[in-house]
Amino acid sequence: MDQLLQRVNADDRLVWRGRFVDTTFLLEVGDTAHLIEVTAGRIASIRRGPFVMPSWTFALRASPDAWTQFCLPEPPPGFHDLLALVKRRALRIEGNLHPFMSNLLYFKSVLAALRPLK
Amino acid sequence: MSADFEPVVGRYLRLDLHGKPHRLYVEEAGTGLPLLCLHTAASDTRQFRALLNDPRVLRDFRVIAFDLPWHGKSSPPAGWQDADYRLTSRAYVDIILAVMDALELERPIAMGCSIGGRIALHLALDHPERFRAIIGLQAGAHVDPYYDIDWLHRPDVHGGELAAGIVSGLIGPSSPDSERWETIWHYMQGGPGVFKGDLYFYTVDGDIRDRVAEIDTTRCPLYLLTGEYDYSCTPEDTLDLARRIKGARATIMKGLGHFPMSEAPQHFFSYLLPLLDRIRGTA
Repeated sequence: MDQLLQRVNADDRLVWRGRFVDTTFLLEVGDTAHLIEVTAGRIASIRRGPFVMPSWTFALRASPDAWTQFCLPEPPPGFHDLLALVKRRALRIEGNLHPFMSNLLYFKSVLAALRPLK
Repeated sequence: MSADFEPVVGRYLRLDLHGKPHRLYVEEAGTGLPLLCLHTAASDTRQFRALLNDPRVLRDFRVIAFDLPWHGKSSPPAGWQDADYRLTSRAYVDIILAVMDALELERPIAMGCSIGGRIALHLALDHPERFRAIIGLQAGAHVDPYYDIDWLHRPDVHGGELAAGIVSGLIGPSSPDSERWETIWHYMQGGPGVFKGDLYFYTVDGDIRDRVAEIDTTRCPLYLLTGEYDYSCTPEDTLDLARRIKGARATIMKGLGHFPMSEAPQHFFSYLLPLLDRIRGTA
């Protein structure tokens, strides 16, 4: 999670893909929450909870095990994509999904940046 | 210097479907046994570009692919603007049989992917006498929804951008970048509401769970090939089909996703070519 900000912001094409994204979303790894603020496709900040009154547009919630599998360099089938996780009911995506669905390829690539570099 | 044309020939076919004149785009190449190819939802015949160019296939097979109405270079019928597009099992079967009749295809091999794989099951069940063999790629009897398909057709979400996001994860992670993004591009070009209309068939109308066990593979052999990274039609879905249909043969394709013929054609051919040989009776 620590490297996510640098990885995303260093990828010019990814930042370009998200150039209209201005939002804060919640990423939950089991009980551990993170608020990720995106400004014009760049990650402005990543804050780790717990939070008293978090404000966010949408939330991605999965177990530590599901995220661990997703973050493997070569994730197994069914753990290799956010919607694959949703299909197997390992990830819940909640809230105002408009920014997420409007920029689905961007957000998939942002989360894929959690994986180690090849 | 002569022009470097591919062996593929594309033509427009005039056809009456459901009482309305249609203009369908049809591509073909090769000579021999007819092999009729059915593309996935919201895409078009370009998915079969490698098959339509492979000399090993074209030597023995007449490969034919057509764009469904509303897809690729096939137009929707006149008056399309006045109703939502929704593909039904009945309409889909009618289109396929009408194209076969128009082209005078005598017992072709049918090979369809995704929605094409689903309709292949309908063909195997209701029209086995019309086909020499049926190949279902990424074929399952039904699919559990995993996103709200209303997102696919609303003016405040770009349908092409969203479709790219939807299908990107369905492609095997190791498929070559050039073929991956070609496959995604076809999806980015789909017309508004077409993906959603196709998924009406895929998620609702085309559900064939209750009937698949009645498929008689002694009347028409049925082969199922599914990529292991597909989470729309999972390997489990296909293996479940194979358990329920006596005589159906299923193979899970390593490394591949939901678009085998388009995302990694050469890898896909390592599974398909032996199967085509077998169907020809030379294996």
